[in-house]
Amino acid sequence: MTLDIAPLLLTMKLAGVTTVILYLLGLPVAWFLSQTRVRLKPVLEALFALPLVLPPSVLGFYFLLAFSRQGWLGCLWEELFGHQLAFSFDGLVLGSVIFSLPFMVHPLQAGFNAVPHNLIEASYSLGKSKTLTMLKVILPSMKSSLLTGGVLAFAHTVGEFGVVLMIGGSIDNETKVASIAIYDLVESLDYQSAHIYAAILFVFSFAILMAVYLVNKKLDLR
Amino acid sequence: MIRITVEKRLSGANGPFTLSADLQMQPESILTLYGKSGTGKTTLLRMLAGLEKPDSGRIEVNGVTWFDSESGINLPPQKRRVGMVFQDYALFPTMTVRENLLFAQEKKDPRKVNEMLELTGLLALCDRYPETLSGGQRQRVALARAILRTPDILLLDEPLSALDQKTRGQLQDEILKVHRRFKLSTLLVSHDKQEVFKLSDSVAVIKNGRITRKGSPHEVFLDRLTSNKFSFISTILSIRRVDCIYLAVIGTGNELVEVVLSERDMADLKPGDEVLVASKAFNPIVMKL
Repeated sequence: MTLDIAPLLLTMKLAGVTTVILYLLGLPVAWFLSQTRVRLKPVLEALFALPLVLPPSVLGFYFLLAFSRQGWLGCLWEELFGHQLAFSFDGLVLGSVIFSLPFMVHPLQAGFNAVPHNLIEASYSLGKSKTLTMLKVILPSMKSSLLTGGVLAFAHTVGEFGVVLMIGGSIDNETKVASIAIYDLVESLDYQSAHIYAAILFVFSFAILMAVYLVNKKLDLR
Repeated sequence: MIRITVEKRLSGANGPFTLSADLQMQPESILTLYGKSGTGKTTLLRMLAGLEKPDSGRIEVNGVTWFDSESGINLPPQKRRVGMVFQDYALFPTMTVRENLLFAQEKKDPRKVNEMLELTGLLALCDRYPETLSGGQRQRVALARAILRTPDILLLDEPLSALDQKTRGQLQDEILKVHRRFKLSTLLVSHDKQEVFKLSDSVAVIKNGRITRKGSPHEVFLDRLTSNKFSFISTILSIRRVDCIYLAVIGTGNELVEVVLSERDMADLKPGDEVLVASKAFNPIVMKL
């Protein structure tokens, strides 16, 4: 029997794209949350942490409503890009970004909070701009948070199932990621293939988490 | 010439108070702000560096206005040429000693960094990371970094408070050395009288946010001696009764002495009191150790 590796590749692609977008989105959000003193902060924090506690089916349901042709976002998307958002790779990416956001934001926010404030002040009084301070002083002193955030976001996207089930639709090479493929295989009683996919995901997830802990230990020692 | 006239409401341990300072600094001199902790010394330093904003007032450094509440001028810290040495040094942990120094320069000049490393005796340590250095070494790096900024004013916030007595003495000499060599104007915050006396050209004593005395260290600290008394401000640590007299242990600086108190003295003295211990008509013996 030949194993179709397309679902695995698609999973990696989805997780990779999601992680890159989450870095771009998560860094400013986490920085804002770590610095702001607005009264609405608890509300904002709760909002950003919501995907942690909501059942994926709830999120998926709302995504489905928003992403569909009748939904405002789906409607706008179709006008801009010419294809439907629901049941497309783009839709999965968007859903995953929101679903995995707290896994990126929380470690980064903790990282920002842990950078001693006087390092930032020292950099400012050495004449360095805010951007340069961010790049040369703040981010380098929170490498382990950067790594943790990225890996957790990546791994969480790999492990995503409920949201993808609601808004994906199991289309080959478009939305049929590994976790969905396993579900389909089990439904069609092809346990052997399901085993292979499951084992690959199992080993992969274990390896990636162990790598993080090993590297973080090293970063902490430095 | 550096002129500072600022006011700011602060909340201290004993409720809110107003920090109000009016200081002038001669170029190439060391002015020390002396006072207990929580009196606003560090805040004053931070206002100069632009890290905190005064409620009102004016800061002028060598003819340039850094802050003026009336005309709304408030230069950001980046625009103020300040060499700040933080109490806990604030060295960048992800950079080596050399990188820390290079970071301070506007135009990278490795030759100058090397000179500075040599001058401060850090050359052998230049590829080490700050956390592998001793307190005294970190202090040297912080000082070198501040000077490489080529500051209009060097700000030292209790720079030696975390160090042992011996290292402290060495570093005091080094601060004096670089201060003179680079012709710096230095504002030092300290609560160590010996340090203040050794380093400063002039002293401003801060109490509860107000400057209560200004002058040379001699004028500020030693005017009591003019009456030929051998006297120290000390703290009573304990009092015990022995037969008909009382023996009090008194802490003077780092030393402990035991003195006799009479029943009459006891009336208004209790452990914890700050007292002046003075002796008349004796010539103290001074011996080299």
